[in-house]
Amino acid sequence: MNIRTIHWFKFSAPQNFYFLAGRMWPWFATLAAVLTALGLWISFFVAPTDAQQGEGYRIIFVHVPASQMSMFIYLVMAAWAGFGLAFNTRLSGMMASALAPTGALFAFLSLVTGALWGKPMWGAWWVWDARLTSELILLFLYLGFLALQSSIDDPRRADKACAVLALVGVVNVPIIYFSVKWWNTLHQGASVSLTKSPTMAIPMLWGMLIMVVAFWMYAIAIALVRVRNIILDRERHTEWVKHAVE
Amino acid sequence: MQWNSISEFFAMGGYAFYVWGSFGLTALVAVVEILLLRSQRRELMVHLRNELLSERASS
Repeated sequence: MNIRTIHWFKFSAPQNFYFLAGRMWPWFATLAAVLTALGLWISFFVAPTDAQQGEGYRIIFVHVPASQMSMFIYLVMAAWAGFGLAFNTRLSGMMASALAPTGALFAFLSLVTGALWGKPMWGAWWVWDARLTSELILLFLYLGFLALQSSIDDPRRADKACAVLALVGVVNVPIIYFSVKWWNTLHQGASVSLTKSPTMAIPMLWGMLIMVVAFWMYAIAIALVRVRNIILDRERHTEWVKHAVE
Repeated sequence: MQWNSISEFFAMGGYAFYVWGSFGLTALVAVVEILLLRSQRRELMVHLRNELLSERASS
C-alpha cells in the first residue's frame, strides 16, 4: 500500500471527524485572532481617508468580509447538503447544520452594516435595490433552513429536507453577486474582481483582503466547534461518545 | 497615520455612529456566538455525563 495515501474517507465517520476537528479548530481560531488584529490596525491606522466618503468608508472593512462570507458559507453549506443527499453520509448533514447559524449571522451583519453605510452615504437605511433585496432573501433562506431543521425531530430526515431547501436556494447566490451588473442598482459595483485590477488604494485593498481571510478563519473555527457539539449530541448513544465524555 | 488626536480618532470624521456601530455590532455578534457555543458545549457535557452515570447506576 502506498504510504502517502491519506484515508480521507476515514474522516467522513463522525467519530473520527470529532477528534480531527478538535485538533484543528484552535489553529483556525488563532489565525482568526491574529489576522483580525492586523486587519483592524490596517483599517484604522494605515488605510488613508477616502477622497469621497471621508472616514465613513471604513465600514467596508467589516461589511465586505461579512457579505462575502454570507454568500460563500451558503455555497459550502449547500455543497455539504447536496453531498449528503447524494451519498447519504451522516457527517454532511451535520456540517451543513453547523454552518447555517454562522451564515445567518453574517447575512444579518451584512444587512445592518450596509444600512449603517447607506444612511450617511445614500440618505436611506434601506432601499429595495436588487443587491439589498437578494441579500435579504439570503438571510430568509438561512432562517428557513434553521426553522425547518428544528421543526423535524428525526435529524436524518431533517437533513434531507434542509438539503433540498439549501440546494434550491443556491440560485440566489449568483443573483446577489451579479445583481450590481444585471440591474441598475444604487449599490456600487465591485471594487475588486478577478478580471480587472482593483479600483481602490493599495492599503485599503490589503486591509479588506486581510479582514476577509480573518473572517474565513473565524467561520471555519466556529463551524468546527459547532459540528463537534452536533456530533456529540447525535451520537450520544454510541460507545465512543460515552468514552469521550468520561 | 491620519489622526492628530484620540478624540479625532473616535469622531471618525463625523461618521462615529456608523463606523463604530458597524465594528461594534460585528464584534458583539462574534462574542455572543462564541459564548453561546461554549455554554452549549458545557451543558451538553454535563447532560451526557449525567446520562452515563444514571445508566451505570441502573445496570
